[in-house]
Amino acid sequence: MTGATWAALAGLGAFHGLNPAMGWLFAVARGLQERRRAALLAALPPIAAGHLASVAVVAALVSATRSATAGTVVAVTGGLVLVGFGLWRLLSERHFRWAGMRLSAAQLTAWSFLMSAAHGAGLMLLPVLLAEPAVGGGPHAGHLAAAPAGALTGLAAAAVHTAAMLGVALVVALLVYEVLGVGVLRRAWFNVDRLWAGVLVAAGVVTLLGAT
Amino acid sequence: MTRWTPDPSFYPSPASAAAAPAEKPAYVAAFDRAGQQPDAIAVLDTDPDSEEYGRVVGWTELPHTGDEVHHFGWNACSSALCPTAPHPHVERRYLIVPGLRSSRIHVLDTKTDPRRPELVKVIGPEELGKRAGYSRPHTVHCGPDGIYVSALGGADGQEGPGGIAVLDHTTFEVRGAWEADRGPQFLAYDFWWHYTQDVLVTSEWGTPSMIEDGIVGELLLGRRYGHAIHFWDLAKRRHVQRVDLGDQHQMALELRPAHDPTKSYGFVGVVISVEDLSASVWLWHRDGDAWAVTKVIDIPAEPADPADLPELLKPFGAVPPLVTDIDLSVDDRFLHVSCWGTGELIRYDVSDPFHPVRVGSVRLGGIVHRTPHPAFPDEPLAGGPQMVEISRDGRRVYVSNSLYGAWDDQFYPDGVGAWVAKLDVDPEHGGLVPDPRFFPRGDEFRGRRVHQTRLQGGDASSDSYCFP
Repeated sequence: MTGATWAALAGLGAFHGLNPAMGWLFAVARGLQERRRAALLAALPPIAAGHLASVAVVAALVSATRSATAGTVVAVTGGLVLVGFGLWRLLSERHFRWAGMRLSAAQLTAWSFLMSAAHGAGLMLLPVLLAEPAVGGGPHAGHLAAAPAGALTGLAAAAVHTAAMLGVALVVALLVYEVLGVGVLRRAWFNVDRLWAGVLVAAGVVTLLGAT
Repeated sequence: MTRWTPDPSFYPSPASAAAAPAEKPAYVAAFDRAGQQPDAIAVLDTDPDSEEYGRVVGWTELPHTGDEVHHFGWNACSSALCPTAPHPHVERRYLIVPGLRSSRIHVLDTKTDPRRPELVKVIGPEELGKRAGYSRPHTVHCGPDGIYVSALGGADGQEGPGGIAVLDHTTFEVRGAWEADRGPQFLAYDFWWHYTQDVLVTSEWGTPSMIEDGIVGELLLGRRYGHAIHFWDLAKRRHVQRVDLGDQHQMALELRPAHDPTKSYGFVGVVISVEDLSASVWLWHRDGDAWAVTKVIDIPAEPADPADLPELLKPFGAVPPLVTDIDLSVDDRFLHVSCWGTGELIRYDVSDPFHPVRVGSVRLGGIVHRTPHPAFPDEPLAGGPQMVEISRDGRRVYVSNSLYGAWDDQFYPDGVGAWVAKLDVDPEHGGLVPDPRFFPRGDEFRGRRVHQTRLQGGDASSDSYCFP
């Protein structure tokens, strides 16, 4: 992976971290509800873990399959999935549903996993991962044996992405909790979902163009 | 379509809602008791700088007759900022208006022309019955993940159980019954929640046959109307606890939980005690791991000459207060209690919820007194302050005078009329003063009776907040 790839992964992580719907707002709510900063801090690791799991599934799957099959097929499939998912997010008005504010750490992780998956967080990494040359090139390229190495790269990518996400979420959550107050939501909560859907479609198109 | 920035009428906390700009306009449910003309949503001008201030300035008729529109609510509100299912870019623009008698639910769009809400969908009684198993939709609350509508009766002519139906908040389709396990709950009426604590509370009135032809004396004296409230696990949709107020306390109706999401208490109003015709307000609160109730307000009946009383009350020689609605200001400081029988609206300071302090009172109408509005002293009024709605900032209180068609006829047999009064909060004494400029009544409502008022941008009984 090149430095630019890692930077892109981290940047996307930071973008996810900024999104209130991806978890920091939940952490702030718990901090405010219990009037303890510790409650806020305790909520963030499970949220990051859920996000990591969601992203890692896609990243590992893509990296591994890409090592084992023709790059074009993965790129075209991935591109189509991205465009389709993006359009669905853009056009669908159904909202992600989850009941319950009092969640255990495990439930919070599950919530974050589903929230990230529902928003296509892992899919977003596709263009970055696919821009990389396939792992294990040379005579064994396309051989199944290369899959584990590819998956590892994917997991590393997910980890970097999540670290950036957690860092940004932590900073924003503390800033809102300690300094700004939740009133800032009304002014600053840009509709990331709608932007996100557009970005997914664009990333899909770019991936498709790159594959042909 | 969704917005790029949050709906400006969504507020993360009660304090930010209280600091919001004043409402304009207000919407009022108006129904034809005879069922000959369509019911309507009347629009009142609440802008004091407007020439039409205090008048009916808009009127949207519904397509059918016989609905008896009663309580209604917004499709979305501040709960959209709640972190479990945040979607603050939807709009507070649709009024969800159930017909309590017809079981039809109407969806009206207020955005294009706020003074002329446009009907965009009618959910038929068959859809409510087929999908959720309910009839007689009553209370509407905008939840973060859907629209919740309580219903008094069962489907296919069944008396019950009543419960809560959930509507999709974009398509307005009935998704189904909310309850996964209702335990002993059968009677339904109001509901609300402590959202951040995963707690839902429901109350009890009666089944359709117990209410639709008027109050049934034998059932009342037999202590058969609802007298308990129920606590539920909001996340798991399961019944947790039934708390009985005692069967002499008939009809536990309106539920008003504290708006502050860190608080775990709320108020419930009881219409009548069969022992002495008094009305009461109870506080629910935590008791260890369980819930408990404590009576915090007792309002006695007022002795009266039987000659001045309707048939139903002649044997008792007294007017029951009949607490039929209560409303808690957004800052949780003042509770307003409607005594529809005596025609009094009482204001309590409930800063200490266990010890309410009476700080103000207004009399309008009443079974015996017929107290006129101070600005129109020659017009005796029928009905009394019934549905009460408080502005977000707590400075204005709106009351309308009809309870429920069949019951209006029993307690006000010579006609209940139609009026909406606005009361201003006295900044010095904290009491309430009727606004002489705001008193739409009579023919302005085109022969309809008026029930609930909703304020544009939300009011004290419409929104839930997830942040303190």
